[in-house]
Amino acid sequence: MRLFLNASVTVVLGATFCFFFFVLVGHEYRWSAIAPYAPNLFAGWGMTLLVSAASLILSVIIGAGLTAGQLSTFSPARWLARGYVEIIRGTPLLTQILIGYYLVAPMLHWENKFAVGVLILAAFAGAYLSEIFRAGIGSIPKSQWESARAIGLTGAQAYRFVIIPQAIRRVLPATTGQFANLIKDSSLLYVIGLGEFTMQARQANAQTYAVFESYLPLAIGYLALTLPISFASRWLEHRTRYEH
Amino acid sequence: MNIELTDLTRRYGEAHALRSVSYRVPEGVRVLVLIGPSGGGKSTLLRMLGGLDVPDAGEIRFDATLLSRGDDPLRSHRRQNGFLFQAFNLFPHLTALENVTLPLTEVHDKNPVEAREIAMACLERFRLGAHHQKRPAEMSGGQQQRVALARALAHQPRLLILDEPTSALDPEMTAEVLEVIEGLCRDGQEIILSTHEMGFARAVADEIVFLADGEIVETGSPEKIFDAPDSEVVRQFLGRVMRY
Repeated sequence: MRLFLNASVTVVLGATFCFFFFVLVGHEYRWSAIAPYAPNLFAGWGMTLLVSAASLILSVIIGAGLTAGQLSTFSPARWLARGYVEIIRGTPLLTQILIGYYLVAPMLHWENKFAVGVLILAAFAGAYLSEIFRAGIGSIPKSQWESARAIGLTGAQAYRFVIIPQAIRRVLPATTGQFANLIKDSSLLYVIGLGEFTMQARQANAQTYAVFESYLPLAIGYLALTLPISFASRWLEHRTRYEH
Repeated sequence: MNIELTDLTRRYGEAHALRSVSYRVPEGVRVLVLIGPSGGGKSTLLRMLGGLDVPDAGEIRFDATLLSRGDDPLRSHRRQNGFLFQAFNLFPHLTALENVTLPLTEVHDKNPVEAREIAMACLERFRLGAHHQKRPAEMSGGQQQRVALARALAHQPRLLILDEPTSALDPEMTAEVLEVIEGLCRDGQEIILSTHEMGFARAVADEIVFLADGEIVETGSPEKIFDAPDSEVVRQFLGRVMRY
């Protein structure tokens, strides 16, 4: 039964893969049409890489701060963090980008598109990360807290030496999934005119009508960013494993 | 050990875990053993003696000094003593050695070299020297419990509290852990423990406390409790557990 299931899944997946492979290979490409846009696409890819890397780092900081707020014993901090997370997760990123860039940033006299884009993206991803972190910390058994208390650690020491090291390993897969999302979400920054990867592909397409020639490199370019993160996560997961 | 309990009460919701327990450990007692049916209040009492839980009412005095309910005094109380859990509760992400050195470096202000020496000496004392680089998942239950013992003992606690130290172990491992505890008793370590191993209780105890239904039913020397208990409840319990 199990063998049969595995076999049929393999067949279906294989067939789907072949189908798309031949569709893509069978298409008559006009690579020459978008060749002039190649430098723009590369520049866009570089911009996406920069925006993603910066907001990725910032989102971890924001996420950790929000997690601390949500787990705090000080109730106003808890409510604030909770409210922030609910609002960010409950509204479309597009709206947040528009409000952030056209309403909030001008009020604060921030004019740097890159910085504002990074900030908005990090604020968005941070809310999701904080939920992942919170769940990871919550998944550590109560007995570990007991043990930490029994040997005389303070609450902060228990977090630092016992809880967080174990939680990090548990949240790695979900965190890297969120990182991949963030990289793809950065494509929405075209609405504020940031010349990132997707915007460049849209422009190339708009001027040449070479749809696949514009968007296939886009897919490959994003994979080139997300796959290494995936591999790094697996490697880290393996390296930090302590169970059998 | 100079310990006095006065009207100690602990409730969990409606249920009484301890009902107004008063008791003074007789002079000269070094090893105190709690026995009695499961759910009788043994763990609750040990947790309060270890500063892991606070009573709803009543007092605990160590050397005539009241054990306060504040976070800081309770933490310093926990730091002076050692506590061993039924389920070992080692830190799974740390090696045997790191499990023992963590409280030494972070709580007891030892430098890493000193901590390592002390920890290795403790591990070797329990015949674990060869296993010091193993994580808990790579060790047997008996080995894990011996590492936990090393962790609880490394800072030379005034009082060692053991909550059913062998209840999660198979008979062979039970024997290896009991042997180690018996050695500690011989060496003059002050110990309070709860157990279902009646033969062991009789062998090591200076004084036995029989707890049932949140109350102390009977106390006395092992000879008295096992050979001629006053209480019918104790007689019936011992009759049941010693039958096979």
